[in-house]
Amino acid sequence: MVKVNGAALDADGMTVSALLAQEQYDEKRVVVECNLEIVPKAQYAETILHDGDTIEIVSFVGGG
Amino acid sequence: MTRDEWDAALTERHGKALHERFSAGCAAVCGLGGLGSNIAIHLARAGVGQLRLFDFDTVDISNLNRQQYFPDQLGMEKTAALAQTLRRIAPYCKIIAQTVRLTPENIPVLLQGIPVICEAFDRADQKAMLTETVLTQLPEACLVAASGMAGLDSANAIRTRRILPRFYLCGDGQSDIADGMGLISARVAVCAAHQANMILRLLAGESEP
Repeated sequence: MVKVNGAALDADGMTVSALLAQEQYDEKRVVVECNLEIVPKAQYAETILHDGDTIEIVSFVGGG
Repeated sequence: MTRDEWDAALTERHGKALHERFSAGCAAVCGLGGLGSNIAIHLARAGVGQLRLFDFDTVDISNLNRQQYFPDQLGMEKTAALAQTLRRIAPYCKIIAQTVRLTPENIPVLLQGIPVICEAFDRADQKAMLTETVLTQLPEACLVAASGMAGLDSANAIRTRRILPRFYLCGDGQSDIADGMGLISARVAVCAAHQANMILRLLAGESEP
């Protein structure tokens, strides 16, 4: 299992891109960290999630 | 007001140790809208020694409901308009204001060496871009960002979270300008004050939100 924003998800073997698509996030608006390291956007398609990973997806909303 | 009078007044309020930390402090404010203009004023009033300001825009009449500009500044570059106001508030604060659009290419150069960086953009994709670029390209910097302060929901929903050791996020995380909620001065200012307070805490040596 992969922990995504605190919830356990069956996402082992998925890429970050696939996870974001499945969870309906807009890639342009998010920052993703995996095990306390930022995953650069350019690496979303090739970064594969593993059992035990902890992912935090910060999805920004507009306004400032 | 002389420099000595300014220092004495702030030392009396903040104590010598804190005043010395703020005076020696430097922070960057990226985006000078409702968040950034309020944040910069809070930091200047606290006696932060150096402020680096970044924005590409000019003052528009639609800004006046929540941003710290005046009708006689309409059409001015926000960097120049805010620097003018900050010099009235804190004449001994060193202000370096640059009219530029921040990009993944120029952020590592323009923000190099600044210990505390504040994200105060309005567009969600630009917030994400600055956050990712700072956290991956500037390993020494702390970032204080904001997400979610539109509308008129409870001010108590706005809080400061520490997402990563160097990444703090203020806001309610949800209220999106894209959902048709306007930006209202008081709630934007609550979020700006959260960001300014976190920046001051970092300059004071505190790391918890």
